[in-house]
Amino acid sequence: MVDQLEVRRGGRRVLRGLSFAVPTGEVTGLLGPSGCGKTTLMRALVGVQQGVSGRVEVLGLPAGTPALRNRLGYVTQAPSVYGDLTVAENLRFFARLLRAPADDVAAVLEQVDLADHSNDLVNRLSGGQRSRVSLAAALLGQPRLLVLDEPTVGLDPVLRRDLWALFHRLAATGTTLLVSSHVMDEATRCDRLLLLREGELVADNSPQALLKRTGAGDVEAAFLALIDSRSDLTNAEVHS
Amino acid sequence: MTSPISPAATQAVAGRVLTQLSRDHRTVAMLLVVPCVLLTLLWWMFDGDERTFSRLGPPLLALFPFIVMFLVTSVTTLRERSSGTLERLLTTPMGKADLLVGYGLAFGAVAVVQAAVAVALTVGLLGLDVRGPVWVLALVAVLDAVLGTALGLLVSAFAATEFQAVQFMPAFVLPQLLLCGLFVPRSLLPDVLSTISDALPLSYAVDAMNEVQTAATWTSDLTLDVAVVAGSGLLALALASATLRRRTA
Repeated sequence: MVDQLEVRRGGRRVLRGLSFAVPTGEVTGLLGPSGCGKTTLMRALVGVQQGVSGRVEVLGLPAGTPALRNRLGYVTQAPSVYGDLTVAENLRFFARLLRAPADDVAAVLEQVDLADHSNDLVNRLSGGQRSRVSLAAALLGQPRLLVLDEPTVGLDPVLRRDLWALFHRLAATGTTLLVSSHVMDEATRCDRLLLLREGELVADNSPQALLKRTGAGDVEAAFLALIDSRSDLTNAEVHS
Repeated sequence: MTSPISPAATQAVAGRVLTQLSRDHRTVAMLLVVPCVLLTLLWWMFDGDERTFSRLGPPLLALFPFIVMFLVTSVTTLRERSSGTLERLLTTPMGKADLLVGYGLAFGAVAVVQAAVAVALTVGLLGLDVRGPVWVLALVAVLDAVLGTALGLLVSAFAATEFQAVQFMPAFVLPQLLLCGLFVPRSLLPDVLSTISDALPLSYAVDAMNEVQTAATWTSDLTLDVAVVAGSGLLALALASATLRRRTA
């Protein structure tokens, strides 16, 4: 799906030759510290990032192709919905643009557990509720691929659990999900992991295989182990 | 690749912008009241001097909606950009032109109400005397508002911050205001400035208003002026659509 992806922003290489594939119908986690290029990678996938080179294919088409626009849902890190509209007004607006059926609005409200708030102004909602409105808008029209940029940040543990359950239900119906997070403990909830650091892919594996390979107890430790072994390698190269 | 305008998407955008605006009562009140207050102030300044009021009233009827809509649009689109909703919209099947025409329609509708109120006040209560048909005053005022919206949309593409967006007002609007014939008749301007004035759309809006003021019927000059104002609005929308990028840094 992604081959030799490089992204330059202002002369700096933000992503450095990434190659990977995101399996269909699974939840793939994109993990890495803040500033490692997660958002840039996601923007390249949905076709709004400038300065992209290499091959990026989404559902068999080059990223950014018009035909893809009603087949993928993108949730930006900051909730991108209108604060001065109600929840339902926001969703009806996006449904019309996506040419999604009108009853989709009620369905996605149920999915993100906001049916009780459909007539509330988004500005009056809490941060977590707002990000769920943003997520709901991306679910409209049953997209084949969901690209979610830190959708669970700042949510309480119960909601987080519910959202991850939702992600897996969507995956079970054949939807492909790419979910980013800088919280390492979310890694175990993913079917597959992409670990990103300073624009380079550190690992592309299932969480279990990753732990096994590094012998670490959790993903955070595995991440550290991988980085340490890489810097050992570079040091060795320098010394030899 | 140009996508044809989709009526459904355009309507959705226009409806959304108007719903948002209707939530902001203070802005709606200011959009309608401020031009009226300014025109009344002008009438009061020239207390009893009906000739001067009749000379300045029509051009100002064209200028207020232009300036107000330019500002409102620049700020609104910048807000759309910084809130991330623009980026999201550009990942949907919506065409870029749908967004811009939707904005144009929404603010055009506001301009119709604004112009109706302002014209009713100046002609009805303040006794502005025009020889031509009164509805043409309103028509030119609305076209001017749409032109302001279109230029606001175009210019806001180049504004990265609120400060820049607000600075575009003096940068883009004030030169047009100075050269439009309000302060010095366009025929008396130095040659270079007169040529520049010929290239600025606001000049034609003011010409049109002056035409309505002095000629009793619809003249061919008026047709030209109205066509230039409307054409500039469409051109600005087309340029705005061409400069709006789906991919950004």
